[in-house]
Formats: sequence, structure tokens, C-alpha cells
Amino acid sequence: MKILVCVKRVPAPGARINITADGQQVDTAFLGFTVSPHEECAVEQAVQLVEKHGGEVTVLTLGPAEAQEQLRTAVSTGAVKAVLVPIDIHDWDPQRTAQAIATVILGLELANGKYDLILFGNESADSCGYQVGIRTALKLDRPIVNGAKGLEVENDVATVRRESDAGVEIYKLKTPACIGVKEGINLPRYPTMKGRLASKKVEITQSTPLGEVGGLKLITLRRPPERASNTKILGTGPEAASAVVDLLEELGVFK
Amino acid sequence: MTVLAVVEHDRGTISTASLGVLTAARNLAKQMNTKFEALTIGANADALSEVISKYGATTIHQAHNSALTDFGPEAWGESIAQVVNKTSPQVVIGSGTERGHEIIAQAAARLDLPAAMNCLEFDKDFTGAQALKVVRARWGGSLMEESELDAPIKLVTLANHIVEGAQDPTNSQIAVIEVDLDDSVKQSFVQDRVERVAGVTLATSPVVVSGGRGVGSAEAFAPLEELAGLLSGVVGCSRAVTNNGWRNHTDQVGQTGTRIAPDIYIACGISGAIQHWVGAMASKNILAINIDAQANIVTKAGYAVIGDLHVVVPAISAEIRKRQNK
Repeated sequence: MKILVCVKRVPAPGARINITADGQQVDTAFLGFTVSPHEECAVEQAVQLVEKHGGEVTVLTLGPAEAQEQLRTAVSTGAVKAVLVPIDIHDWDPQRTAQAIATVILGLELANGKYDLILFGNESADSCGYQVGIRTALKLDRPIVNGAKGLEVENDVATVRRESDAGVEIYKLKTPACIGVKEGINLPRYPTMKGRLASKKVEITQSTPLGEVGGLKLITLRRPPERASNTKILGTGPEAASAVVDLLEELGVFK
Repeated sequence: MTVLAVVEHDRGTISTASLGVLTAARNLAKQMNTKFEALTIGANADALSEVISKYGATTIHQAHNSALTDFGPEAWGESIAQVVNKTSPQVVIGSGTERGHEIIAQAAARLDLPAAMNCLEFDKDFTGAQALKVVRARWGGSLMEESELDAPIKLVTLANHIVEGAQDPTNSQIAVIEVDLDDSVKQSFVQDRVERVAGVTLATSPVVVSGGRGVGSAEAFAPLEELAGLLSGVVGCSRAVTNNGWRNHTDQVGQTGTRIAPDIYIACGISGAIQHWVGAMASKNILAINIDAQANIVTKAGYAVIGDLHVVVPAISAEIRKRQNK
């Protein structure tokens, strides 16, 4: 089974996110970077599927040259091939990103055959666009379901489990298919020593991105208004219990 | 010249988020001096016209196709795209939920139009002719993005819990639109489901008692379970807890977990990292129980108890029992 996982490099946020002076991006001077959480789980899911069924996992990212770091992280946890689609800014708009990724995927498949599965994160942690996977799937003429909290493949059918208020929904897509994965589908493993060595040696393929600018234009980022910090301290230690239950009664949650 | 609200429903049951969408669409249409219309997908949602008319839609488009008996993101997205092509709205608003984002993205991809998800505000001067300026939530709401949607038809989702449903009844016209769905969009319908046992869920519970790294172990959640039980609430947790394997991810509150809006959120031993905070910030009241008076969550919460949750939580449960027995 051949699986491609599309990941995004995002800042690992702390307790506060600061913005650069031009308002165009998150100030990362004091932040590290990570693979966006949903995609970290997508990589793990792909690796587990390949461990079960055989095959290989390729990881792809569209991002700055530094995003090689996230590709190597994915290799250290089980991916074997890595593709960088380099752009000179942090990210592109969703339409442009999807067009570029779809074009690169078609090129890769022309050389190596179709991927049985292409996994995306449900949405990126930073820009939260909720659409790159869906747009890419449509360009590749493949079915896609988002929100996967479970994914199994048996006889060319991918079974997706997804949570809703009413319970768990089950979808079945014939492969080749695309799936948007959500955190919680698994607990991603830590890199192994062997994985770390492989991640240092892996050759990262570069593919030039082609994509026209889309219709969603970032003007500026800003921080949401701070909540006034007028916390009412109800007490210290177990003696505060009485005041807490008074509050619960006042709010009507305990009668 | 219309604003079209896409009504999210589950086999004929309207979602709460949809009521906010209907209200926001009506407000925007009024500002643009244009008509507000709604769309339901599948004949099993036809009966929702009664509710929708209370929110003031002049026309309710009902997309019909014999295949539309359950949710299917591709078939729903294709249905929206076809209704948009037939009715030429200027703005299409969907709900800021998992399904809402998915079907608007599907429609946008099919129409080759941009889409802005999780919008918090729309430009107050927007009349329909120009690009639509929006403020949308990034990082699950810890950052705001001002952006411009430059397209003949603007597709957006409204961030959840931003606009409360408010009625303004009218006599809605009903217009059935038969949509054409080919096999390519039919395989992604829900094939089967495991219904949740009746009871409150993390997303809907009025009381959530949540634990963080400070709880220390899976077993140490027992007092939180007890308190939640006494308040008929549910237990939640932070990402640190699920990463440690102490609780299932379904209990996780936060950007990559569940967004909640209970009457009270009791956060025990949670520092309040931004990814967690954005999942809890819609709570009507927050009570933080933490040994660190400077913890992020303590400074943001409405109420706090400074102390060790392992002692404070059982003391609260004991106090509740004492009053119950009176």
C-alpha cells in the first residue's frame, strides 16, 4: 500500500501568540516549529497501515525551505520518502496551495504509480482553512471525507470512523481515496534511534510549485481583545469549598 | 441578489449552530438591503421550513434527490454548488462546525471559488458589490485574521457560538430544487453509524469538570468524575492528559479537541495554554482550581480557588453532599 501524507509546518504556540510588526505572520522568534497536530496523527496512521499491510509512506509539504525539518521528523517516525514543495513565504492561500499540491502529486504518480491513500490534516493548526485537502482531492478526482477518528483499509476499501453529536458515523471509500484526519485517531509514536538516523540520511525531493493566487487575501493578523483579568478568588485550599458550592447554587447548576 | 444560509441538519434535526447562521444571514441581508434565503438538503429536512420561517427567510430552497437521505459531504457540497448556480446568491453562509466547514469547502472547490472559514465579523459597510472583508478565527480562535474575500460569490462559515439565534418570523416561500447527483459523489454518504447512548456529551453538557497535567494520573481523575456526577456534568481534559494516555481523546477540550460552551467550566490543574483556552473560552463561567495563582487559566477565569485540586475537589464534593442531605 502506498500512502502519501500532506503535512504543514506550524509554529508550536506557547501561552501567548505574538504577531510580527507588519501583521502578516506569527512572530516565531521565540517559538519552535512542529508538524500541525492533525497531520502528525495522519503520519502515524499511515505508518500503522503500512506496518499492517506492507508498502511505504511518503510525506509531502508545501512550505519554506525550513519545512525540511518537519519532513525529517515524519521520516524519524516511519515515513520513508519526503517531498518538499518550496515556497518563499510561510504559506499560500488555500486555492493556490491545493492547485500546487495536486499538480505535484500528479507528477509523482506519473513516475511511481497512484497512491492508494492520500491523507491530510482536517485543518491546519495555524491558518485553520479547512479546505486544502478537499480542494486537492477534487482536483485529483478522488473521494474525500474529513474528520477521520478511525481509518482501516481492507480489500481496496477505506473505512473511516467519524464522531458526531449523534454518535459515530462510518464511511466507506473505494481507494484510491483522500482522507482528512483528526487528532485522537491515535497517539503518535516518538522517533526511534533507527528513525532518527534515517531522517538524517533521507533525500528530500524538491518539486516546483505551480499555483495561481486565489481569492482569499490576508490583510492583517491581530490578537483578540484580552479578557479583563478580574478573577474573583473564592478562597485557598479546601476551605474554599463552601464558597464554590455557593457559586454553583447561584449559577443554578446545583440545586 | 440574496444571502443564502445553508442549514445544517442531521437526518431532519436542525443543529443549534444553524440558528446562529440563519440569524447572521438575515442581519447581513438587511445590511445589504437584499433578500435572505435558506437552503435545506434532502427531503427529510423539508419539515424544517416551519423553524426556518421563524428566522425570517423569504424563500427556503429545498434540494431534493432520492439519494439525499443521510449526510454525505460530497453530495451535500455538490447540492450547494448547484443551488448556488441556479439562484446566484452574493453570499453563502454555512455553520462553523465540522460538517459546515466540510460542505462549504466542498461547494467552494466545485464552484472554484474562495472560501473563508470561521468568520467572526463581516464588514459593516458591505453592500454586495465589492470584496467582502471578514475577520476570521485562526489558531482555533487565539488569533484573528482580517482578510478579504474577492470573488463574485462569497462563501463563508460563521464561527460557532458567535451569533445567538434570534427569531423574526415571516411567511417563507418554498422552492424545491431537484439536484443532479452522479455516482462520483454518492460513495461518501454515511454508510453506517453507532448511535450514542442517550445522555449529555462533552459538547452539550452544561457542566464540565476538566483536569490537566496537574491531576497526575488516570486514576487521579476519580474525584473529578465524582464531582461531575454530582453536578450531572461530564469530565473533560487538556491535551497533556490525552498525550499521557490518561484519558481518551474524546474527552479533550481545546483547539484540536472539542469546543465547549457550558454554563460552568471547572478547570482543575490546567495551566491554560492557548490551545486549551480556545476550546473553553466560550464557557459562560470558568472556575479554575490551581496551585499556581499566576497560571494562565487563573488570570483569565472569572473565579478561582488557589490550592491543590487533589484536596479541593473532594472538599467541594463533600460540601455538595452535606447540602443535599439537609
